[in-house]
Amino acid sequence: MRPLVPYLLMAPAMLFLAYFLFWPALGAFGVAFQTAQGEWTPANIQALVRDTDFGLAVRNTFLLLVIIIPLEFTIALAMAVLAQSRLRGRGFFLYVWSFPLAVSDLAAGLVWLSIFTSHGYLNSALQGAHVIQHPIGFLNYDNLPGLLLAVVAAETWRSISLVMVVIMSGIQVIPPEMEEAAAILGAGAWNRFTKVTLPLLKPTLQVGLMLRTTTAFQVFAVVLALTGSGLPVLATRTETWAYAHNYQMAAAYAVLLLMLSSVATVAYLTFLRTPREVFQR
Amino acid sequence: MRTRVWPAVAVAILIGAACGGTPAPASSPQSGQAKNVGSVAFVSSQGTPANEGQKMNSQVLAGFNGQADFISGPTAAQDVDKVTAEQKAGKGTIDVLALQHGDFTTLGASDALMDVTPLLQRLQKDRQFPQALIDYGKLGTSKQYYIPWLQATYMMAVNKKALQYLPKGDDVNNLTYDQVIAWGQAIQKATGERMFGLPAAPGTQASLIHRFLQGYAYPSYTGGEVTGFKSPQAVQMWEMLKRLWAVTNPQSTTYSQLQDPLLSGDVLFGWDHQARLQNALQQQPDQFQTVPAPKGPKGLGFMSVVVGLAIPKTAPNVAGAEALIDYLTQSKNQIAAGSAIGFFPVVQGVKLTGSQVPPYLNAEAGVAAKYASDKNAVVALLPVGLGSTSDQFTLAYQDTFTRIVLRNEDIQTVLNDEAGKLQTLLNTAKAACWPPDPPSTGTCQIK
Repeated sequence: MRPLVPYLLMAPAMLFLAYFLFWPALGAFGVAFQTAQGEWTPANIQALVRDTDFGLAVRNTFLLLVIIIPLEFTIALAMAVLAQSRLRGRGFFLYVWSFPLAVSDLAAGLVWLSIFTSHGYLNSALQGAHVIQHPIGFLNYDNLPGLLLAVVAAETWRSISLVMVVIMSGIQVIPPEMEEAAAILGAGAWNRFTKVTLPLLKPTLQVGLMLRTTTAFQVFAVVLALTGSGLPVLATRTETWAYAHNYQMAAAYAVLLLMLSSVATVAYLTFLRTPREVFQR
Repeated sequence: MRTRVWPAVAVAILIGAACGGTPAPASSPQSGQAKNVGSVAFVSSQGTPANEGQKMNSQVLAGFNGQADFISGPTAAQDVDKVTAEQKAGKGTIDVLALQHGDFTTLGASDALMDVTPLLQRLQKDRQFPQALIDYGKLGTSKQYYIPWLQATYMMAVNKKALQYLPKGDDVNNLTYDQVIAWGQAIQKATGERMFGLPAAPGTQASLIHRFLQGYAYPSYTGGEVTGFKSPQAVQMWEMLKRLWAVTNPQSTTYSQLQDPLLSGDVLFGWDHQARLQNALQQQPDQFQTVPAPKGPKGLGFMSVVVGLAIPKTAPNVAGAEALIDYLTQSKNQIAAGSAIGFFPVVQGVKLTGSQVPPYLNAEAGVAAKYASDKNAVVALLPVGLGSTSDQFTLAYQDTFTRIVLRNEDIQTVLNDEAGKLQTLLNTAKAACWPPDPPSTGTCQIK
């Protein structure tokens, strides 16, 4: 018989998740497929697809996702490798790079708003340097590249430290003798990185990608603060309907977000699977 | 009868508010509330910004003979739902409810509010409310469902830097929508920037662009708020709005309160609720002035907001609730609350004087007086009787704006489409027409 202790230790966390996560998620499914009077109906999903901003919200959410995730993981990987190297002052870098971890997403959005707004820091600096005559409307509702630039900059700045910390923890568990062995066999720095470090990082990257993709689907406060209604995404549309008191539509959006996150997670689990024997030492 | 007197009523109120009107009764001190009345839960849909809530607690409620907790929620519909749920449960937590007139209708109809006639009679011994407002609070019945508390309106704020670009011969206090557009074009020509501002951030609680449409643009062009939603005059109005948008700062879709872009210099003039302009007017009183909203072919459409105080039938501390309403309608507290959240008092004879009254509030009262005295005014009310569908009603106006102005969709197609949504909501709530639309028998119908 297996000991009960591990299950007992896990019980509080499981109860917490069940009550505050699984149960409300099930409830959201219920609301999304029911009328306000509680009869089962597919009408909410049909209304969702016909919603004014539905197409734009889907497009913008995916657009942000495919720009932010690769960008963030590339930079975070470089940062983590740099922080792990024996360079002088790496402790300082690590400290500075971790800083955005402590900043809330709404606060980050507001900070970047003061940079990108028409009379903000960026335009003032460019005007001061006589690069431009009139302010550039980065955040104009009809300037999609400008809106994307602002949100990508703010989101990447805000969450890259989380990805870096995850990757660093992965790098730290790679036994140094692996790299040393590769070096002795004549592998250069680039080869050691691509042939040794990166494959051994795969499980870590998998976890990081799962975490980050899920949160990228839910991108909200930064978008709201920087773009208002200029760049509707799935989460801002959820909020709009919740505050418009149409909980059926809000739940339909929430369920869509949940399904997208689940599909992404399953895809990462399937395609980035690491065979067990790699870690059998 | 009750529907038709409203416009006149609203004008009367604003005149009263703006001029300080009728002679003041000698303000009596406390109405016998020597002993502590305990804890009173005071739930409000007004004063939502954190600093306003703080001022309510520190400057207004501090002198109350009990513990009044000011709780302000983001939208009235949530408060309405909560009271309804508490009524069903037979057990409540809310003692005093402060909502705008139109939000009380559902609660009145479901008999969730106490009849406060005895309290009103007691209060009237030493203070007078405009009769029109008292009638408002009856919600068309013989019972008194709420006691009027504060009132407000919307207007334009102008940075004095913009005045040099105003076309010759135009009166800044008497502009048409077309003149505003011409002014914006002159500014754009001179500065290269689009400097008009509208609070057009998304979400029903974030900005008040829907009030601009319901209470200003629509009444000025169609004479109504709802019935002419897809009329030829409405099409003309939306064509005007597209031209107005061409001189509006394109970042307006991020503005929830116009005071911020006014202060940062992103916009030089624009429209918003009086309370959402106050920071600009207060911080740079020499730089900004307030002027009436523009006029259209049907006159000067403007919206008047009345906030009332009610006691839910499920209130746990009725004596405390009555003491709080007594306290809030005393002269000095009318001024204090008005100053704290940027509204006007309603009690007759209360003048906006004293060290705590910010000068901008008097300037705003001047604009309200101009609305009240305008011969071509079209007085619009906040939507009445929509209950928990009120926020979706709001969203339909916002979506119409987004589709026509931001997405350039065909005007008539969008209007027909959104009119269908509005009609469904009106049908669900069984709401009759409210001013400035003509009274309806039965549910209000979009023509």
